[in-house]
Amino acid sequence: MSGEALSARDPGLQPERTRLAWRRTTLASTVTAVLAGKTALHGGPSSFGIVACALCSGLWLAFLALAHHRIRALAATASPAPLAPRHATSVVLCAIATAVCALALVV
Amino acid sequence: MIEFVQNVRLWFAPEQVREEGDTPDYRFSLANERTFLAWMRTALALIGGGFAVDQFLPDLRWGWRVGLALALLAAGVLCSLRAVNHWMLCERAMRRGEDLPASRFPALLGVVVAVVAVAMVVVVLVGWEG
Repeated sequence: MSGEALSARDPGLQPERTRLAWRRTTLASTVTAVLAGKTALHGGPSSFGIVACALCSGLWLAFLALAHHRIRALAATASPAPLAPRHATSVVLCAIATAVCALALVV
Repeated sequence: MIEFVQNVRLWFAPEQVREEGDTPDYRFSLANERTFLAWMRTALALIGGGFAVDQFLPDLRWGWRVGLALALLAAGVLCSLRAVNHWMLCERAMRRGEDLPASRFPALLGVVVAVVAVAMVVVVLVGWEG
């Protein structure tokens, strides 16, 4: 069954659903980045606040780049290759770095 | 704990995971990827919640505010680490044709979120009085 299904369009729309899952995740990271920016620049811009804001924006851009890379890979073929462990780990490291920024800002 | 450290090495070594077993149907891999992304959204929401506590409860005493924010941030970090670890374990189990790994993490996270939510309600009420 899988042999014929691979050549045709997947009726379960798996690549499309995965693409949308990446989109939802970039949306979540955008909300986090906006909250981070608000926290960093709260009470007037300070040099520490600006650095933290720039760092969080950079992490958000890195996240967008990772998601875009994967979305393009998903769209390229009918049966896309599985996600690479390095790719998944990079996404996780972006999230953890944002949390570390939050730690520095909150305390 | 030692097992976890060994797994961490696999996060960065795609070749090692791919050497084992057979490649599963791509749809199973994609489903696993979506589960990973759902956990990442949960982690990002928890981290965002940490920022939100700091921003939107400014009248709380410093200790409570920072304590709640730290609890949410720590939960977010744990959740994202667990997301990649579980994704990798599932990927390996599928390649080996084994059962998917069982996990008590969802129950644990549920309890932690419930405790933080109750603490937040109590602290906000007490904080307003004080």
